[in-house]
Amino acid sequence: MIITKRAPLPGWVQVLVPVGAILVTLLLSAAPILFAGGDLWLSYTSLFKGALGTRYNFLETCVKAAPLTFTGLAVAFAFRAKFWNIGAEGQLLAGAIAATWVGISAPALPKVAVLILVCTAGFLAGGLWATVPALLKTKYRVDDVVTTLLLNYVMWHIMGYLLFGPLQMPNSSWPRSPAILEIARFPVLLARSRFHLGIVLAVAAVLIVWFINSKTVFGYRARAVGVNPRAAAFGGINVNSVIIRTALLSGGLAGMAGVGEVAAIHFHLLMDISPGFGYSGIVIAMLGRLHPLGTALAAFFFSVIIVGAQSMSRLTGVPTYIAEVIQGMALIVMLIALLLTEYRIKAVKD
Amino acid sequence: MPADRHAMSAGTEEAPASGHTAPPCVVEMRSITKTFLDVTANSNVTFSLREGEICALLGENGAGKTTLMNILFGYYAADSGEIRIGGEKVSFSSPKDAIACRIGMVHQHFTLVPSQTVLENVVVGSGGGKFFLDLSGARKKLLALQERFGLSVDPDAPVWTLPIGGQQKVEILKALYRDARILILDEPTAVLAPLETRELFATLRTLAAGGCSIIFISHKLYEVMEIADRVVVLTKGVLTAERKVSETSERELANLMVGRDLAEKKRPPRGTPGSPLLEIRGLTVKNDRNLEAVNDLSLDIRSGEILGMAGVSGNGQRELAEALFGLRKPVSGTISVNGMPLPPARPKASVESGMGRIPEDRMTTGLLLELSVEENLVLENHADFRSLGMLDHGAIGRHAERLISDFSIKTDGRTAKAQTLSGGNLQKIILARELSASPKVVVAAQPTRGLDVGAIEYVHWRILDARASGAAILLISEDLDEIFQLSDRIAVMYEGRIMGIADGGSASREQIGLWMSGVNEPCA
Repeated sequence: MIITKRAPLPGWVQVLVPVGAILVTLLLSAAPILFAGGDLWLSYTSLFKGALGTRYNFLETCVKAAPLTFTGLAVAFAFRAKFWNIGAEGQLLAGAIAATWVGISAPALPKVAVLILVCTAGFLAGGLWATVPALLKTKYRVDDVVTTLLLNYVMWHIMGYLLFGPLQMPNSSWPRSPAILEIARFPVLLARSRFHLGIVLAVAAVLIVWFINSKTVFGYRARAVGVNPRAAAFGGINVNSVIIRTALLSGGLAGMAGVGEVAAIHFHLLMDISPGFGYSGIVIAMLGRLHPLGTALAAFFFSVIIVGAQSMSRLTGVPTYIAEVIQGMALIVMLIALLLTEYRIKAVKD
Repeated sequence: MPADRHAMSAGTEEAPASGHTAPPCVVEMRSITKTFLDVTANSNVTFSLREGEICALLGENGAGKTTLMNILFGYYAADSGEIRIGGEKVSFSSPKDAIACRIGMVHQHFTLVPSQTVLENVVVGSGGGKFFLDLSGARKKLLALQERFGLSVDPDAPVWTLPIGGQQKVEILKALYRDARILILDEPTAVLAPLETRELFATLRTLAAGGCSIIFISHKLYEVMEIADRVVVLTKGVLTAERKVSETSERELANLMVGRDLAEKKRPPRGTPGSPLLEIRGLTVKNDRNLEAVNDLSLDIRSGEILGMAGVSGNGQRELAEALFGLRKPVSGTISVNGMPLPPARPKASVESGMGRIPEDRMTTGLLLELSVEENLVLENHADFRSLGMLDHGAIGRHAERLISDFSIKTDGRTAKAQTLSGGNLQKIILARELSASPKVVVAAQPTRGLDVGAIEYVHWRILDARASGAAILLISEDLDEIFQLSDRIAVMYEGRIMGIADGGSASREQIGLWMSGVNEPCA
């Protein structure tokens, strides 16, 4: 077998690759669906109908896509500057905790001010939590993959302490915070749905990250650090400062995912406030090729699978776990597709 | 030729090439073609090597010399063509097969284990699948080889303690230990000091006299004239000429290699140097192993002057340049640029001092290969294209267009990724970035390493141009030709110190060579 580097492919191929990867994923996912005894046609139609078929279902898919978009963006933004942030999950929890704290004890201010306060607190909490590994990386060259990952568990246990202690709902034995005040909750923007402010904020975040990446001085510097830190330093760019700021923004975005879950969905802080949104964010960022628009599309795709799998399960009896199988399959197919777009593999006899 | 070589040729079916009996062909490569993607590295090359012969493979960088030899050594498979060793047709799928055919190769970059001894390095990989290592037997064999070919290195010395020349001897011994009769040396003198080169040449002559056949890759004409019996010239992958060294001249070879007459180079006379613009005082810098690489070095370079810093690689040149670029923190000493002291270990300060900085390693230090040409051109001054925190892409584009045309950078456009450009054009990006703002001080580290003749001339012209506009230039180079061509003064760095400074016009190669080898006495 001979592997050679390909000449760069034209732009339209780059766009087509993820689309093709998704189709291949659905094709391959047929095997486990059939294995689970589901009718293939019914399964896929019920999946897409369940996610997109009605107004309510479509808006529910949007609701689910919001936290995935935030964590996907968080990871994509960090990875671009080669800050290997595997810690979006912990940063999400930090954001959720801060939002809860402010939401419970919100001062008597206009709703807009309270919402800004809630968001700022969540953003900062996630961001500051992410600067811990960034400082360890820049000061002591500690591997960021390890620290960001392990700090997820640290934050989860901090949350556990708070929910069994200072943040626990009075007169309750459950690890659950009191409800946040009405004034601190995200408004629902469309009637007869849960379509909330956080979704608009997620879309805004996509545009902001895209703008930072492609238009600002900071985006240029992050890109330079990402492709070649030594050359960036040679050119006078303060590499450490770029990494720390990247971490702050990345963690902040992940924190916003936590804010949305508290302020628009659950209104309480719970131990299982996140079903692994932070980890899904890594897959989503890879699937979106670290581009903010691609990441948003990938988040929406994941959301379709998650929401649709529930109707599929109801109609065909295929367990909802199929959603996770499809997500994992999507990542593997995407990675193989990326390999094939960059390298040519030739089978050679002998 | 010695008579015993003829005796050895008896019994092979090779016909004599001319009137008197010539030794047999040990290597024949016929119609070899090899392409990488869309680049043809070798096109229909037919090459042969006779027993006991030293054949030089001459050509510019990228002419396909190394590719051809990598095919012979089994690293690459040729797309078409055949190879015969000792008359037998062979097909190598890995260097193992080539070694079995008694071919040995000494690479430009050595493949030794630094922490192991010479003996261990020589033996490694040649155990033949046996479980126990017969070190005492190996030692006997090694010592016999050393005695026979005059390759003196201590078998028990760890390799990292040896000078580069010594390490090269280990590489040659490694090949001989595997009974190599055909030896390929890829630019063996590139890393050597003049004295070490002389020693190597003596070794090669002994080997050839003992019946070894040697292929010597080089792009240095005087070496080829000195060591080879025959020379084969490759240009752009095609074998364009073949000469007996006794029947050719440096000038003819230069023409064959470059395809045009090298104009007799006249160094433009220097004007009167002005005030010192780059002042280094008592600079001491440690290397990555925490050893003092630059040792209490002081130097002044004046406006309108090129100081050439010669030296064998690894004598502190890299660390000196890194200290000047702000990439490495000096232990002590000061650097002033244009009268202003440079704060230590701050690349940004080095940029802002107005120094033109050409780093030694353009791929890893100088450029962002995955970004576009225009993004590379503003690496140091992108902040100047800022308005309200945003980059003015229009202005960056215009800036790039101007530099691409001023420095005739060959590219598919300013938005093409840098990695799609050739080595010479990558260096032009750096030149454009560093020299277009008329810097007062230029520090150029190995500015022409790995470039072809045309690109080298361009770089030299730009450096002379910077001198003409009054810059003080520190040219750090391992290429003595370059040093002699450009320098107004020549300094030699040895073990972190300056061994001596000579006038560029009257310095002798021999004196510089002695200094480079650490000999501090006047030439006889």
